[in-house]
Amino acid sequence: MAPVRDVAIVAFAQSDHLRRTDEVSEVEMVMPVLHQVLSRTGLKTSDIDFTCSGSSDYLAGRAFSFTMALDGVGAWPPISESHVEMDGAWALYEAWVKILTGEADTALVYSYGKSSPGQVRDVLTRQLDPYYLAPLWPDSVALAALQAQALIDAGDTDEPALAGIAARSRTSASDNPHAQLRGARAQGDYQVRPLRTGDCPPVGDGAAAVILAAGDRARELCARPAWIRGMDHRIEAHSLGVRDLTDSPSTRLAAERAGAFDRPVDTAELHAPFTSQEVVLRKALKLDDTVAVNPSGGALAANPVMAAGLIRLGEAAARIHDGTSHRALAHATSGPCLQQNLVAVLEGEAQ
Amino acid sequence: MPELLSAPLVVEFPFTRSLGPVQSAFLTGLRERTLLGVRTTDGKVLVPPVEYDPVTADELRDLVEVAPTGTVTTWAWNPTPRRDQPLDTPFAWVLVKLDGADTALLHALDAPDADSVHTGQRVRVRWSEERTGAITDIACFEPYEGETGEVTPHEGRFTDMVTGIVAPARLDYTYSPGRAQTRYINALADQKTVGERCPSCRKVYVPPRGACPTCGVATTDQVEVGPAGTVTTYCIVNIKARNLDIEVPYVYAHIALDGAGLALHGRIGGIPYDEVRMGLRVEPVWTEGGRYPDHYRPTGEPDAAYDTYKELI
Ligand SMILES: [Zn+2]
Repeated sequence: MAPVRDVAIVAFAQSDHLRRTDEVSEVEMVMPVLHQVLSRTGLKTSDIDFTCSGSSDYLAGRAFSFTMALDGVGAWPPISESHVEMDGAWALYEAWVKILTGEADTALVYSYGKSSPGQVRDVLTRQLDPYYLAPLWPDSVALAALQAQALIDAGDTDEPALAGIAARSRTSASDNPHAQLRGARAQGDYQVRPLRTGDCPPVGDGAAAVILAAGDRARELCARPAWIRGMDHRIEAHSLGVRDLTDSPSTRLAAERAGAFDRPVDTAELHAPFTSQEVVLRKALKLDDTVAVNPSGGALAANPVMAAGLIRLGEAAARIHDGTSHRALAHATSGPCLQQNLVAVLEGEAQ
Repeated sequence: MPELLSAPLVVEFPFTRSLGPVQSAFLTGLRERTLLGVRTTDGKVLVPPVEYDPVTADELRDLVEVAPTGTVTTWAWNPTPRRDQPLDTPFAWVLVKLDGADTALLHALDAPDADSVHTGQRVRVRWSEERTGAITDIACFEPYEGETGEVTPHEGRFTDMVTGIVAPARLDYTYSPGRAQTRYINALADQKTVGERCPSCRKVYVPPRGACPTCGVATTDQVEVGPAGTVTTYCIVNIKARNLDIEVPYVYAHIALDGAGLALHGRIGGIPYDEVRMGLRVEPVWTEGGRYPDHYRPTGEPDAAYDTYKELI
């Protein structure tokens, strides 16, 4: 879809992603990130036209947990605000639409997740079909492992190739001070075969925030805005047995609609919590070795659930801000085995 | 600061769900050891069946019976089963295309080790001894070297149809309240009520949550408030809550502790329920060994003037 208005990511901030953050509540974890992203633009809360957040009550184990985190943005006097019970990438999509409609010129988008209080593998089973799947408690690693085996059977990858993705990602993360796992490490034992510890994302807590702005407002706030040239998200059938797990037609379609295939990208931030999912996404997005994939280390280096997708958009934008990238693709996923996928194309202005 | 507080938090919820015509037939069929699929408009058989075609969104009602035997389409070896998973010994997760079906069903395969499982493997259903009309009526799959089953038409009708399921769920957490609330709770155990002041607008929050919702900044200065306070508003509770040993009617009130910038809530005792009023001066009552005030009772002071608390209602 061709945007009717130029909208850019003008600032990005993220927390250090950690295995546990028992000493802080959610709002105490989120607030420093909000302050950082605002200070990068010089904006105050009262300058923001629209605020949108993403999180999940199931991670916290408490209803309406996002209302507590809202204290961190200064929600009084009343602000225009919305929340998605999803990864913050979808909150960013909502904010983008809000700006495209002309109802806002600036937006603050943030998301956070603390996986440490619970068992994220068990928690994620609650998003599954409640009739046929959830009663069996198939955990997130098990479902990813079924997809990995399907890829191996199809000849799309093998265990050494998956180990290579793990090593490359965590080596890239060496330069990322926020990442939870920095530097290559041993692949470890099978968690659920064929996936080893190294093929799985770290469990941890973290938060991220971005600021969006339209047109000249974006140019005022950022020396080199990351213009959103297109963004789209698509979903596939809930039932795993209906889908071809070795492919991601929803990612391909979202990328097509976002204009990703119009011209080559130089950078791709892919939300692939499991090594095997990078294989699927590379195929769906037709990425070859000329593209820098997950220079941040990706979700294999830090996977704060509900924020990891927004971080992909933020990392891609940050590379445009600093001039490393001219045209970047950012992808976010949600649901088992890449069920839902969002793709955005970001560009810097021609020099 | 003192050690961080944490406590187990268990969230349990039995979801009661109704079934549509297709899921009702499928789950009732499981109870009767009969596996049903649904035929799509283009002739594919979906197992497990759904009411709407995932490709065309056509309404699907054409049930067929498929065989309890099938083929593994992909698998994953689970060396350490988690609570509530189908088997408590190491097993394989499998997607199984039952004979006669075009899509695969997720379940567990009971096999001795990973080397004895492969894609393309033939398996058959092992039924649970007690079946209630749930996906767990299939205990698991087991390896099977036998004939290939066939698909036959089926009405999808049984006596005593299962029309709903109760899906219990339990998640275990360890709750940590964070810095601000830990300080507050620890102070309460010492029979002190400690709020936190916003460095920007100077408002004192109690209980503090660590952030000023007006300014969006951390509240850092700790301020002891109370112990006495003023009832700013109240309600009379006439319904007895489960697991709560308080006689009804009783009064639940908003109480602005002296020095606090907003009211907290608590129960009022030590006074007949119909004599509680706005402006009543109250103080907290701790029971022996209690870590927080059990209730608030009148101090005996004259009532506070409306103007002194109207901003805090
Ligand atoms: Zn304040």
